[in-house]
Amino acid sequence: MSAVAGATLQPGASRATQAGQPLLEVRNLKMHFTMTRGILSRGAAAKIKAVDDVSFTIARGETLGLVGESGCGKTTTGRCILHLEKPTAGEIIFEGQNLTNLGRKALNEKRERMQVIFQDPYSSLNPRMKVGAIIGEPMKVHGIYRNQKEREKRVAELLSVCGLNPKFMDRYPHEMSGGQRQRVGIARALSLNPHFIVCDEAVSALDVSIQAQVINLLENLREQFNLSYLFIAHDLSVVHHLCHRVAVMYLGRLVELADSDELFSNPLHPYTQALLEAVPIPDPDVEKQRAHRVMKGEIPSPINPPSGCVFHPRCPLAVGSCQQEVPGLRELKPGHWVACPRV
Amino acid sequence: MPVLLQVENLRTQFYTSAGTVRAVDGISYTVNEGETVGIVGESGCGKSVGALSILRLIPDPPGKIASGSIRFQGRDILAMSDEELRNLRGAQISMVFQEPMTSLNPVLTIGLQLCETMELHLKLTPEQARSRATELLGMVGISEPERRLQQYPHHLSGGMRQRVMIALALSCNPKLIIADEPTTALDVTIQAQILELMKDLTKRLGVALIIITHNLGVVARYADRVYVMYAGKIIEGGSASDIYHRPLHPYTLGLLRSVPRMDRPRGNRLIPIDGQPPDLTREIEGCAYRPRCSFAVARCEHEVPPLDSVGGGHTSACFEKARLQGLLKEAS
Ligand SMILES: Nc1ncnc2c1ncn2[C@@H]1O[C@H](COP(=O)(O)OP(=O)(O)OP(=O)(O)O)[C@@H](O)[C@H]1O
Ligand SMILES: Nc1ncnc2c1ncn2[C@@H]1O[C@H](COP(=O)(O)OP(=O)(O)OP(=O)(O)O)[C@@H](O)[C@H]1O
Ligand code: SF4
Ligand SMILES: [Mg+2]
Ligand SMILES: [Mg+2]
Repeated sequence: MSAVAGATLQPGASRATQAGQPLLEVRNLKMHFTMTRGILSRGAAAKIKAVDDVSFTIARGETLGLVGESGCGKTTTGRCILHLEKPTAGEIIFEGQNLTNLGRKALNEKRERMQVIFQDPYSSLNPRMKVGAIIGEPMKVHGIYRNQKEREKRVAELLSVCGLNPKFMDRYPHEMSGGQRQRVGIARALSLNPHFIVCDEAVSALDVSIQAQVINLLENLREQFNLSYLFIAHDLSVVHHLCHRVAVMYLGRLVELADSDELFSNPLHPYTQALLEAVPIPDPDVEKQRAHRVMKGEIPSPINPPSGCVFHPRCPLAVGSCQQEVPGLRELKPGHWVACPRV
Repeated sequence: MPVLLQVENLRTQFYTSAGTVRAVDGISYTVNEGETVGIVGESGCGKSVGALSILRLIPDPPGKIASGSIRFQGRDILAMSDEELRNLRGAQISMVFQEPMTSLNPVLTIGLQLCETMELHLKLTPEQARSRATELLGMVGISEPERRLQQYPHHLSGGMRQRVMIALALSCNPKLIIADEPTTALDVTIQAQILELMKDLTKRLGVALIIITHNLGVVARYADRVYVMYAGKIIEGGSASDIYHRPLHPYTLGLLRSVPRMDRPRGNRLIPIDGQPPDLTREIEGCAYRPRCSFAVARCEHEVPPLDSVGGGHTSACFEKARLQGLLKEAS
């Protein structure tokens, strides 16, 4: 199987999307950054393939998880979808329209429907603004509810939807706990009635007891407003719990994509297998039964990634041809896609 | 196994403009020789302050160890002279922190940092120290150790730096290593590499290990015994199996219900703990967990539940532990 196969197939159509059109379709997305190196190399440019030929779809009401280790391209994928980054190549099709060749006005309208929730609520909230103003700002900018009274009513409503007392409107971010600030971030993301939200490590900084509260809130909101999420996280247990389907990335490439339960109970790609084995399960009896094999080596530099399959230097299944051929995704079972010719 | 470390009724406080922070509020626990003890709890519950207190590394001002005793191999650390303390810190108890960059000196080579400590504490000659440093780097899985000795910390990846920290921690044959969130900043496959390494080496060399973490999975995989902290207190202690399968404190039970399990099919909603931990600058009356507790009874409001034994080394600080025990029996 050659690289071309990965480019032509459109992996990841879930049962829900087969019926109708997906809410979001990412086609052969590439984001390559050019880095000018130090003086010693006389300004020679290095290329980082942060996202390299990634394709997937997300249905209405669906949560797609995006996992993988630091630097594998999760955030960049999210930023390209939101048009915060102009992709090197590929297409983003949202609600049937190709964002890549949309005019400015139409693009802005579509972008209202797409929001983002970040990891660190503290750095993403303006410390000098009160919570009410923070949540109301997008409505003001986009000219919804021009009237202050109406806007305040809506802010109060959003706060209570997110499990906060409307009194919090008059507080500053530093007067709130981490979990409360994350709820403010969610309320702000909801203010323009989005259809799609990128949750980039949205619960990662929270303690377990608070994290569970926010996870439940995200699930309730999804059901209530038929939202779709791209849920980016490094905590695989949380991803398994929250996501219908999960995509695994390694060094800018998708290596596996499947229904959540299928991926976690039957991982096929050797990288996914190693990743899941590395996650400790909060049960000492289960842990005693598990093999604690450790994957060798570290993630290679994205500046000079390995040839062929980017995973081959760490892969227990690698053979000679893995150093030359870039494996495309293959559908080994309905809905279960793997980029490895050896499984 | 003989007791190595015995902490009794330790209280560490910070005197700040916002009031007195009761960061560690009367904790007692033991660590036996060669065992791995996990300390879990959420952010701000006093895990790090408790660990730093053992080595008397609390910044004063604003902090102070207000009362209690810490016995290491029978000797009271709180009564040690500066000289004895230096010897203890470098050689008998070592620490591994979350971010190795804060404990490695950025302007010194790896080799110099390793050798310096060993020349000082083990009275090795420079040549002996160098050869032991090479051996140590090999032991923690660093390739080409000779070359690495000449590198600076910033030349290494986060995982490699943590390996160097472990080599440093082991260099003077300590009896105890305290690892405070040693892998929290690392990716999961690197986290597994580092934790497996720590487990293998401490078991092989008979070194006791305290792992401080908020990750319930890490504790389940590596700890022999576990202490759970909440608002500056230890609220439950016992074997890993007791804590995870027979929790006798509502907070422990709540924590376990809050974490998703990836080894079970998805579908159920998590059962979070309502509310949030208390502000430690305020005096807490009664049980600190009461505002979030669904088992609370009248006396919880005014009386502080003591950490009582329920047998078999299992302790719980809850007035209603008998009711929890009953529920567990029913469920099983
Ligand atoms: N603006 C940029 N310029 C150059 N390189 C970049 C830029 N943004 C990201 N990168 C690089 O692209 C790669 C992917 O980064 P990205 O932030 O998407 O990873 P990630 O999967 O979100 O990682 P993490 O889990 O650490 O958040 C990294 O090697 C990163 O250094
Ligand atoms: N130097 C200090 N001055 C004032 N208060 C402090 C100081 N250091 C710690 N504290 C307070 O002591 C309490 C316990 O802190 P500690 O660092 O032990 O928490 P922790 O359990 O290690 O949390 P984390 O999981 O976030 O590391 C916290 O409320 C913290 O704010
Ligand atoms: S002592 Fe009372 S309030 Fe505290 S945990 Fe037990 S039942 Fe709950
Ligand atoms: Mg990221
Ligand atoms: Mg800490």
